[in-house]
Amino acid sequence: MPSLPDAATPDVVALAERAAAEHHHDPHVADVALKPAFFDWLCRMGDNSLILGHRISEWCGHGPVLEEDIALANTALDLIGQTQMWLGLAAEVEADGRDADDLAFLRDAMKFRNLKLVELPNGDMAVTLMREFLFDAFHYELLTALTISSSPRVAEIAAKALKEVSYHLERSSDLVVRLGDGTEESHTRMQAALNKLWPYTGEMFAADAVDEAVAEAGIAPALADLLPLWQRTVADVLEEATLVQPEQRFDAQTGGKQGRHTEHLGYILAQMQFLQRAYPGASW
Amino acid sequence: MTKKEWPLWEIFIRGQHGLNHRHVGSLHAPDAEMAIRNARDVYTRRKEGVSIWVVPSSEITASTPSEKGPLFDPAESKVYRHPTFFDIPDEVGHM
Repeated sequence: MPSLPDAATPDVVALAERAAAEHHHDPHVADVALKPAFFDWLCRMGDNSLILGHRISEWCGHGPVLEEDIALANTALDLIGQTQMWLGLAAEVEADGRDADDLAFLRDAMKFRNLKLVELPNGDMAVTLMREFLFDAFHYELLTALTISSSPRVAEIAAKALKEVSYHLERSSDLVVRLGDGTEESHTRMQAALNKLWPYTGEMFAADAVDEAVAEAGIAPALADLLPLWQRTVADVLEEATLVQPEQRFDAQTGGKQGRHTEHLGYILAQMQFLQRAYPGASW
Repeated sequence: MTKKEWPLWEIFIRGQHGLNHRHVGSLHAPDAEMAIRNARDVYTRRKEGVSIWVVPSSEITASTPSEKGPLFDPAESKVYRHPTFFDIPDEVGHM
């Protein structure tokens, strides 16, 4: 495949060093009282992007058309990149000798803090795209709010991730509209996907003590404030897609953020963590 | 369900401001908007572009390979059409 010269990207090592040197002093990183909640919250951020990224990466080589296959792989790579930043900061806050890789590859399912929504199996393209859209619409609002976080480190990561997630949302909402308002077959599949995923969406906005502690510290927004923004995006897109918002409760399936997962997470981790578990410290 | 192939699009990317759009390849998409999205994902993953053009492949009119002789051969013996017969003063430097 022809590719133009990579003239626009300067030396990444130099870029990373410059970014590291520019890190503002962040009092939250060493705040002992805040540490347990801040660490847990950072794991939630990192685990959401890690598990969703892994799920989406499962399409690599299996996409319905080459173009969609590459687009999905790009999205997965964006999310894994964000994971490195979130879990990297989590490890720094924890200050217990672990790094981002240790957190990703050596934690057990009960220590994972991702939403149940993102660990659900890919199903068909309808489920994959609808899940991505429902999460993207939340992720976008969350990251937007995080760009003015009281933690400069969090704000920096959010600013970088927001550019990627803005495109994710643009792409997933466009495809939800195209498929929802597409053929009879695609419409039926999209409605079925929405009905299936709907009870898992409320967890995104269900705040617990961890969310309240980081909100209190000004690190993250109150999740309840994001709900009306998410609802508006979802209502607009679903209407254009001629899909009907389910009437059932949207918060029937929660607990992932506290480590109570569906059976599916265990299978993901078995695949994702096998190499590091079998050959500790292996690298390439 | 019958499987219908999406139409083919030719993709042109401008690498930097001031440069021309350059043909980089082709891809399938149901319409122009998605052709641009797909081109973004297929051809600008490594930050290669600042602008994308998409053109339906069916809109491209190409010269016929069998007419290669009459079209291009007459230019072969006309080296004087290359501007290589001028002496460039040293002060001009690299042109």
